[in-house]
Amino acid sequence: MSDNRLLQKPGNPANVVIRGARVLDPLAGIDEVRDLVVRDGVVGGDPAGCEEIDGAGMTLIPGLVDPHVHLRTPGREDLEDIASGSAAAAAGGFVAIVAMPNTTPPLDDPEGLAKLQDLARTQAHVGVGFFCAITRGQKGTELTEAAELAQMGAVGLSDDGVPVWDSLTMRRALQYQRLAGLPLALHEEDPRLVQGGAMHEGPVAARLGITGIPSESESVMVGRDVALARLEGGRIHVCHVSTVESVDEVRRGKQQGVAVTAEVSPHHLLLVDEDVSGMDAATRKMNPPLRGTDDRDALLEALIDGTLDCIATDHAPHGASEKQLPFPEAPFGVTGLETAFPVLYTDLVRTGRLPLELLVRRMSGDAARVMDLPQPTLADGAPANLALVDLGATWDVTEDGFQSKSRNSAFLGRTLHGVVRLTVSRGRVAWRRPGEAPGVAE
Amino acid sequence: MTRSLITLDDASRDDIERYLALTDRFAEVMQRDIKKVPTLRGRVVINAFFEASTRTATSFELAGKRLSADVINVKGSGSSVEKGETLKDTILTLNAYQPDVIVIRHKASGACAAAARFTDAAVVNAGDGTHAHPTQSLLDLYTLRRRGVGLDGLNVAYVGDVMHSRVARSGAVAFRTMGANVRFIAPPTLLPPGLAEGLGGEVSHDIRDIADADVVYVLRMQHERMGAGGFVPSLREYSREYGVGHERLRPGQLVMHPGPMNRGVEISDALADDPEVLVSAQVESGMLVRMAVLYDLIAGPVERARTVPVEEVAA
Repeated sequence: MSDNRLLQKPGNPANVVIRGARVLDPLAGIDEVRDLVVRDGVVGGDPAGCEEIDGAGMTLIPGLVDPHVHLRTPGREDLEDIASGSAAAAAGGFVAIVAMPNTTPPLDDPEGLAKLQDLARTQAHVGVGFFCAITRGQKGTELTEAAELAQMGAVGLSDDGVPVWDSLTMRRALQYQRLAGLPLALHEEDPRLVQGGAMHEGPVAARLGITGIPSESESVMVGRDVALARLEGGRIHVCHVSTVESVDEVRRGKQQGVAVTAEVSPHHLLLVDEDVSGMDAATRKMNPPLRGTDDRDALLEALIDGTLDCIATDHAPHGASEKQLPFPEAPFGVTGLETAFPVLYTDLVRTGRLPLELLVRRMSGDAARVMDLPQPTLADGAPANLALVDLGATWDVTEDGFQSKSRNSAFLGRTLHGVVRLTVSRGRVAWRRPGEAPGVAE
Repeated sequence: MTRSLITLDDASRDDIERYLALTDRFAEVMQRDIKKVPTLRGRVVINAFFEASTRTATSFELAGKRLSADVINVKGSGSSVEKGETLKDTILTLNAYQPDVIVIRHKASGACAAAARFTDAAVVNAGDGTHAHPTQSLLDLYTLRRRGVGLDGLNVAYVGDVMHSRVARSGAVAFRTMGANVRFIAPPTLLPPGLAEGLGGEVSHDIRDIADADVVYVLRMQHERMGAGGFVPSLREYSREYGVGHERLRPGQLVMHPGPMNRGVEISDALADDPEVLVSAQVESGMLVRMAVLYDLIAGPVERARTVPVEEVAA
């Protein structure tokens, strides 16, 4: 596995000893209260001379991985840049994020990738990788130079934001994957069925007079691409699955041995179309849209049984004024990096619907696996990728509390359990919650 | 907290009865020689119409003037909206004049809810996209009430383009709140999926299902719904399948239409001219209801300290 895919700015290797935390690493089979040493950026070794951190009552988990974020660079650095987006990631406990290429211009050539990689090498607080477009300009017709992009360290290919609507182009991309080898992360949406829609089609949209986006606009494309992946022996990753019908397509594909993985976002696991009633685009308009309660429940079930492999935030920063437009006119998307783990912990783990171990797996090791990235682990000898979380502490989600440049969070106003005190990414301290972490010096 | 009238979704039966009773008071006033009352003297009402309107804009303007408010009209065309100003900036600008009420019509669903975040004034929704048109619904109720029609148990059938109709959405909510039964009769392509569950009421594709309706509410059929990628094949077929004329009605059925009418399309020429059709009564009710709404929001129950005695209304 080439190691040029995740990039992070240089820094001093961490030398810390975290005392008395619950060390929880489901993949390595670790779950015990003990001390954990990070020596020269590597887990384990001699604690002598290390900075002491009191982890009593806290939980130490493998760093989280997000295979789907938008860093708005190049083009909309006013909304997010690599420094701010990766700081948001670190504050949320993430050690690796992969940015989508729907930038201005779209990331679709080796030159653009090289520039972004240079930025990440000097600005990124955690490991940042890049998807390049499947098609030039994300127009859905001409393939990008995937072989060279792969050699340069692209993590995968995606036209996220828009679908690869043309079936022949999709087939060619799967054929060419046999050369380039990169996973294809697919934004599944039939544009003709979506046509002007702004929220989930159903009773709430009918009542609000907002054009609906039918569930089938997603699932017919998932079905198509599972079929094409089977035909070509290719490998696909389905982005932000939102409907029960799409879950069924993914499940059937897996049962038939097709190499298909899939992700789900925190907001689709927790919110539904009824929550759109106030018509606040900043917090409730995203694509795919918030679906029905049956969908939401099916997504959680599929996350638990592994049909959905992992969680991805689809962190999508937008400006306040564009999000203050009337609902149908505002852009799609909500931020997510800083709230993902705490809100899922609060609403799913604390309510007994999802074991903490499984949440950690789905947000860390499994999220890395779907993009062939190294899986963070707390085992001795591993590069230190970890987050120290105070699950007993709460915080209020407010507009002025974010590392991200944007404030369009779906969870504004919530009080969440789970405060990330410390994040160590690739052996370096990437985040300390200012002034709060006991025993942590700035 | 400023009260606004953005939808009737949360309005109780009592809320609606309050509007109807107040409308009655203004109807009395309008019987007098001098049709202007000093009730809202010194108050500012801004009518911000970002989308074309004749009857709604006119009746809001006249309603404000009859109440002696200072009424300012801002139109989408000829204003800074044409220069690309956002709704937010336009509302912030208007808010700087410290209006008591901003009446808004806009092409986007949710525009009034969005605008209300940027002003201290009460916002009145005069039609936002395909979402809601609450004063239309109040005037529809008032028109029937004034004619002596009981709303409880009334059977109302909306016929036509329900999908694009804020009139039908608000109306269905209002009628059901008052105890009426609602049915939507339309081609399947012009009914949004989930309608029956979302709004309550029955759905039918058969025009013959207007038979047991006490009120047949004919919706406007817009030309842009036809043709390539359209919702129905032709106006001719639409008219044949869903057009309402005397031959499809039984004696005693009441007919309403929000205007403007497409004669020969959704309503026959002869029916449009039938004095029994309630269209002009609806227009007349429009101004009265809008007087009641403006009065209620400016001088109504919440701001009781500033309440102008109702006696003064009748003075």
